[in-house]
Amino acid sequence: MNTETIKKTQEVADKTERITGSEAIIRCLIAEGVDILYGYPGGAIMPVYDELYKYQDKIHHVLTRHEQGATHAAQGYARISGKVGVAMATSGPGATNLITGIADAQIDSTPMVCITGQVFSNLLGSDAFQETDIVGISTPVTKWNHQVTKASEIPEVIAKAFYIARSGRPGPVLIDITKDAQVSEFDFQYRKCTGIRSYVPVPKTNPESVKAAADLINAAKKPLIVWGQGVILGKAENELKAIVEKVGIPAAWTILGASALPTTHPLNVGMVGMHGNYAPNKLTNECDVLIAIGMRFDDRVTGKLDTYAKQAKIIHFDIDPAEIDKNVKTDVAVLGDSKDSLAKLLPLLNEKSHDSWLQEFKDLYKIEFEKVIKNDISPTKEGLTMGEVLKQINIETKGNAAIVSDVGQHQMIACRYADFNITKSNITSGGLGTMGFALPAAIGAKMAAPEREVVAIIGDGGYQMTIQELGTIFQQKAAVKIVVLNNEFLGMVRQWQQLFFDKRYASTEMTNPNFVAIAEGYYIKARKVTKREELADAVKEMIASKDSYFLEVCVEKEDNVFPMIPAGASVSDIRLS
Amino acid sequence: MNEDIKTFTISIYTENNIGLLNRISAIFQRRHINIESLTTSQSEIEGVNRFVIVVNITESQARKIIGQFEKQVEVIRAYYHKDEDTIYTESCMFKIKSALLFEEPQIQNIIKESNARIVTVNKEFFVLEKSGRRNEIESLRRDLNVFGIMQFVRAGRIAVTKDEMKITEMLLAFNNQ
Repeated sequence: MNTETIKKTQEVADKTERITGSEAIIRCLIAEGVDILYGYPGGAIMPVYDELYKYQDKIHHVLTRHEQGATHAAQGYARISGKVGVAMATSGPGATNLITGIADAQIDSTPMVCITGQVFSNLLGSDAFQETDIVGISTPVTKWNHQVTKASEIPEVIAKAFYIARSGRPGPVLIDITKDAQVSEFDFQYRKCTGIRSYVPVPKTNPESVKAAADLINAAKKPLIVWGQGVILGKAENELKAIVEKVGIPAAWTILGASALPTTHPLNVGMVGMHGNYAPNKLTNECDVLIAIGMRFDDRVTGKLDTYAKQAKIIHFDIDPAEIDKNVKTDVAVLGDSKDSLAKLLPLLNEKSHDSWLQEFKDLYKIEFEKVIKNDISPTKEGLTMGEVLKQINIETKGNAAIVSDVGQHQMIACRYADFNITKSNITSGGLGTMGFALPAAIGAKMAAPEREVVAIIGDGGYQMTIQELGTIFQQKAAVKIVVLNNEFLGMVRQWQQLFFDKRYASTEMTNPNFVAIAEGYYIKARKVTKREELADAVKEMIASKDSYFLEVCVEKEDNVFPMIPAGASVSDIRLS
Repeated sequence: MNEDIKTFTISIYTENNIGLLNRISAIFQRRHINIESLTTSQSEIEGVNRFVIVVNITESQARKIIGQFEKQVEVIRAYYHKDEDTIYTESCMFKIKSALLFEEPQIQNIIKESNARIVTVNKEFFVLEKSGRRNEIESLRRDLNVFGIMQFVRAGRIAVTKDEMKITEMLLAFNNQ
């Protein structure tokens, strides 16, 4: 039997041109709609950089200060725009420095194509200078990867890379291209990839499963929606809103699902998970039907699995069949694209309201407000809180900013308190928890959406992991607003040490440099706030700035983030203090 | 949920690409699943490879890792089967001193009764090949061990399933899309 292994767009007759592999790489990127890429040159990728020089009117290369920064910038670009982010690096250390960003993109389903240079193919396996087996190293953290050793393979492989990265459940792809493939000539023609026979990006939705889901929802007395990033990746925000409103279902979100439904929506009941809101966590163990949409029941969301929503029927909408029953056993699984399956579900649902059930959320919110939120966002005692900084940012941006957060206490506070009116606005490292993510990701986000206000919120720890990207901000004139919430601690680890390790603060205290001077060293306008009465004015000045701006806020050193579900505890055992 | 650990034969139909073995073995490694045996060869379909992998795991583990295999771009389909749902065999080779054939006449009987096949004989050694179930191979190895084995090697399980795989239909459907 002879079958095609991939499908491509129609061949354009008589349109081949004799060009080098490296020119082909650039031409392929342009054909895929790439206008910005992030990277760092080096020996094994130099022919491609030479072509970038020639094509600089069509494609803008951003020189980051470290290859990790290139991947996170590409991720920020992808997360705010929905397009594929592109990062490029040389062989050896250039390639290995991409791994953290690739792993982050893999676990957070971010479409990204990474291109690495590789030594000449006749040197492969000889421990040549800057040779590393990047295909082997990246295998477990890529959706797909491939090594190209012949120029003629380049168009097809790059076409496949973009198709795989963006289709189905998105993810990172790495293409490793040997130097001989870059410099040799071949007859170039580009055809986009439209299908691969061994790959089913979107599984077929079974109409019976949609019907079964509708029946359960229509009969439910206490339904709860928990949505994740699948709603954003599937562009299903309107469908989600229509369902929530038609049936009056309280809807909660995972950290990566944030912003798909505005935070002010009356049926948006907040965040689930370890530092999520009190009501949706508590009531996960009270609902009768749990409707999970485009989320994967991460352990930070579910807490102890044995006690997670045991009383409820579980409906799981997902594009990835491997997620079904992976962590939580479902009663009804609806496979497929979220936009499509939610659109099919909507007409089968009965109009309803669940007022007394919704009231339970409001009642628990009041408790959380009194015990936690009030003190976080409107504190009366001395010492600035992270929450009041967020509140001030909300006031100045009116909830229209994209918030790029790093990892730790400030991230939880940012996700809990940031107002989001616009989808794709919460850009953070969710699954991998990559400190150092925010600063470069904010650069990518700002360059992809220059019209948006992009505010990076970073802790003093994570900031120093990729602080060199201030150089990229300066060189690119990327008008990113940077807020460092400085508590002179690795705050989240310190919180755990306080709660679970008898306050033995092992290696969490930080002696920090003069952050304002560092920002000013990169010619970025900078200000430091230590008192509450300075805060509003400083945030106002920052948001009003047309250029990049650095704001350091010295916050209370030993504050904790609550509510909290201790690791391994049940969602209903969420603590308020 | 203390499920029983059973022997499962996993069949994975894939494109014939470099690096796929690495991708597949990483899925086992990450979950700390020991591979009992692994065989890969061309399948009934031109250009399509088939992995046959034997593991001892629970059925729910088997179901989950099948999902992980199928998620790989170059995996066409993956299945798991219990022993009773497959026809399976293993094969092995023994290298033995030729002199023993004359010095120890029982060896000839052992060979005959075990349905082993003599592949080659020369002055120094002869080579036996035997296919069958693991216990048959093991019992032959024990019997011959008494006299001394110069070399022994056993290949991984190969298996075909009793039910249909329908891979050809899937690939044709892609062509007709």
